[in-house]
Amino acid sequence: MPRDPANPRALPEQSEWTFDLIEQAHEEIRRVARKFGLDTYPNQLEIITAEQMMDAYTSVGMPVSYNHWSFGKHFLSTEKSYKRGQMGLAYEIVINSNPCIAYLMEENSLTMQALVIAHAAYGHNSFFKGNYLFRTWTDADAIVDYMVFAKNYIAECEQRHGIDAVEELLDSCHALQNYGVDRYKRPAKLSVAQESARQKEREEYIQTQVNELWRTLPRREEVQKDAPPPRFPVEPEENLLYFIEKYAPLLEPWQRELVRITRKISQYFYPQRQTQVMNEGWATFWHYTILQELHKEGIVGDGFMLEFLQSHTNVVYQPPANSPYYSGINPYALGFAMMTDIKRICENPTAEDRSWFPDIAGSDWRATLDFAMRNFKDESFIAQYLSPKLIRDFHFFAVLDDDRSDKLTISAIHDEAGYRYVRQQLAEQYNLGNREPNIQVWQVNTRDDRALTLRHTQFQRRPLNQQAHEVLKHVARLWGFDVRLETVDPSGRVVSSLECRREKRARY
Amino acid sequence: MTYLIDRRLQGKNKSAINRERFLRRYKAQIKDAVGRAIKGRSITDIENGEKVSIPVKDVNEPRFGHAHGGVWETVNPGNTEYQKGDQFNRPRSGGGGAGRGKAGNSEQTTEDDFIFELSREEFMNYFFEDLELPNMIKTQLTQVVEFKNQRAGYNISGTPSNIHVLRSLRGALGRRIAVGGPSRKQLTTLEHALRDLREEGAEDDDPRVLDLKHQIHHIHTRLLAIPFIDPIDLRYSNRIKVPKPSTAAVMFCIMDVSGSMDESRKDTAKRFFILLYLFLKRVYEKIEVVFIRHHTAAAEVDENEFFHSRESGGTVVSSALHMLNKIIGERYSSGDWNSYVAQASDGDNWDNDSVLCKQLLNNAIMPRVQYYTYVEITDGPPQNLWEQYTEVASTHANFAMQKIVTPSDIYPVFRELFKKQPK
Repeated sequence: MPRDPANPRALPEQSEWTFDLIEQAHEEIRRVARKFGLDTYPNQLEIITAEQMMDAYTSVGMPVSYNHWSFGKHFLSTEKSYKRGQMGLAYEIVINSNPCIAYLMEENSLTMQALVIAHAAYGHNSFFKGNYLFRTWTDADAIVDYMVFAKNYIAECEQRHGIDAVEELLDSCHALQNYGVDRYKRPAKLSVAQESARQKEREEYIQTQVNELWRTLPRREEVQKDAPPPRFPVEPEENLLYFIEKYAPLLEPWQRELVRITRKISQYFYPQRQTQVMNEGWATFWHYTILQELHKEGIVGDGFMLEFLQSHTNVVYQPPANSPYYSGINPYALGFAMMTDIKRICENPTAEDRSWFPDIAGSDWRATLDFAMRNFKDESFIAQYLSPKLIRDFHFFAVLDDDRSDKLTISAIHDEAGYRYVRQQLAEQYNLGNREPNIQVWQVNTRDDRALTLRHTQFQRRPLNQQAHEVLKHVARLWGFDVRLETVDPSGRVVSSLECRREKRARY
Repeated sequence: MTYLIDRRLQGKNKSAINRERFLRRYKAQIKDAVGRAIKGRSITDIENGEKVSIPVKDVNEPRFGHAHGGVWETVNPGNTEYQKGDQFNRPRSGGGGAGRGKAGNSEQTTEDDFIFELSREEFMNYFFEDLELPNMIKTQLTQVVEFKNQRAGYNISGTPSNIHVLRSLRGALGRRIAVGGPSRKQLTTLEHALRDLREEGAEDDDPRVLDLKHQIHHIHTRLLAIPFIDPIDLRYSNRIKVPKPSTAAVMFCIMDVSGSMDESRKDTAKRFFILLYLFLKRVYEKIEVVFIRHHTAAAEVDENEFFHSRESGGTVVSSALHMLNKIIGERYSSGDWNSYVAQASDGDNWDNDSVLCKQLLNNAIMPRVQYYTYVEITDGPPQNLWEQYTEVASTHANFAMQKIVTPSDIYPVFRELFKKQPK
């Protein structure tokens, strides 16, 4: 029974969803999204239970994944907080795949389902398809197949080599997962079919390479005895897992493949870690815009809109820094505010906007937003588009904490003198390179004890955390020999070092 | 193209295997937690699940990260008071100086334990594993000694005295109908034909009549040849033996609380009592537990006091046996009660009291109880109580005694005590 007899397309004013109603809502959302020019992968909407939702986001948010205790750990803690009502579940999970999979939880109301469809299936989906990082680094066509391959391969390894051996290795790989990405090199796109066809070939090839590097046969005469051994690697290597996969002397072929799998998955998620504000901001902006449009057209009613606005407002709430609820900047709030602000600058620019953003003030907002979505990551997006108005709206201020000074200093606030500084600082805050310690493979002692030296180049004199030594043990387990981690200051002077000696053990 | 898929019925419990991996990895810690839980828990409450907590540092997955120190500059929202250049003290607790919101980097975050729930099943697994319990079930089944005969439908074999007449005849009738059916139908047809012929005025010596009569006779003969009753029809009443559930049992826990019974010995005793309780629980619908503790004097106490009271003194075991005898007589003497006694002691007793214990057991207690077990929790040589009890055991089959040195002995001892008794 339509709510409005004059408008046959109107959704009924009810909170229970049905399959028909979801399809109807989706149809309308799709129409509006197309009207706004959102380009997406095809959508696959899946209705799931709360338990399945917990499953999905405790196993790295993928529809399939290999088995590991740490996923069980996350499941247990999520389940506990959820059952005690300490935590609501995420409304949605969306997977960067083709077709794009969005999960709808069965206990959501019809309004929430519509919100999730607009947010995930059109917002995130178009972001995945459009943003340059995702385009460059991820292969939406292949990821689900790759995860199936990984799951089967790892299960097979467990059968052949025992659960413990596999678990041990995966633990070590997980510890280095943030250091398993290439930041600059572009990957060659490969379909999964090619991937698994080449897997065997790769095993054999890599092994021959490793053997060449580590051969212990006596050297031939023509090698000069006094020449210093060539440096290895010639250039420092930022991708620790890649280096280990290629050169760790003692790894078995299947172990190298496991290292590769964790590295690939890490690489796949790397763009998501760099585009939180943009991705959530974009999706939030579009669910808001699309549902407003549906309301304007009379397809959804006022009650629907009230419920929607309440959820939306909760999502984009930013508590101030002195609030007990403050836990950093809410990426939904900042992202949504920036997207909305760009639209405002395009449509109703002030004199300030015209001087700050001469290129976009007064331009077509859809084209401008589309360009912003495609060509930036959080860091550059903020550096490019954060306006003085938003800095004032958020009352942003920068605090300098230098351990050589007794006190904290306010280095900039939301005033004329501070806008550029605050914007630059905030952008820096989203630079993953600053957030994570910069650790690279520095040198391997190829002649002698095969020890591996890593270098941590200090940023702003920040020390490593106490877990570093534990992580180093994992590196040593993968490498198979001693591992050193040197911390150097920007001038290249070694200021401290950690070491993990590997027990010399006989290998049978 | 859009797909809307209902996944709700698929892939339930996908995390079960990851959960199991987690339990597997933290087995040692979980076993510890189960051990602690047993201490804090009453015997009758043992069969529930349990919240288990593991120190968070154990389940932590290490990653490289920054610690506080050096220079941090952070942008925060919600300024109401500051101007550029303002200075203020670092927030308390040292580590927070990096700006609130940096909690992820701080190693001063409070480390709560990682808490999760074990199901009842999992809890029992860990419990029994600690006791090295290979097959509890077998032991239990051998324990049920009383059976009653019960009807269980019908059987195709048996003794003549068990033939069930009604069932057998009903079967025979069915068989006769089934086997004779086609012939009887044929007979009816022939008889109709014969009657028609007669009505047409056919004579007795009409060849067609003779032929029909011949056929009818033949079929009659065949029908008569079907046996009235055949061995295949016989049905025997089936009777099976089922374990007779005794309605109620009472379990007496007697423990020596003299000074030498320290915490770890009490813990061992408790594990033994729990095992006994679980065991009896499977056989009896209703089970009561009576706690008697003694040093020089005996007292009936509640469980908490039983295991945790610090009261202590010398040892007179007979005081407890007197009390036991009295309680059975007053409260559990009717035929409905099956009494079990488990006594735990370190074996230290007054010399002449041990003889008294023997007499009490032989004359008063043993005839009234189903089973009496004595465990001596000690690593020392046997004392006089042990010697006297050995004599009791030699005359009473339902008296058993064993020695426990470490907790891992509990289960083997338990099995030994409850192994099938020779009849």
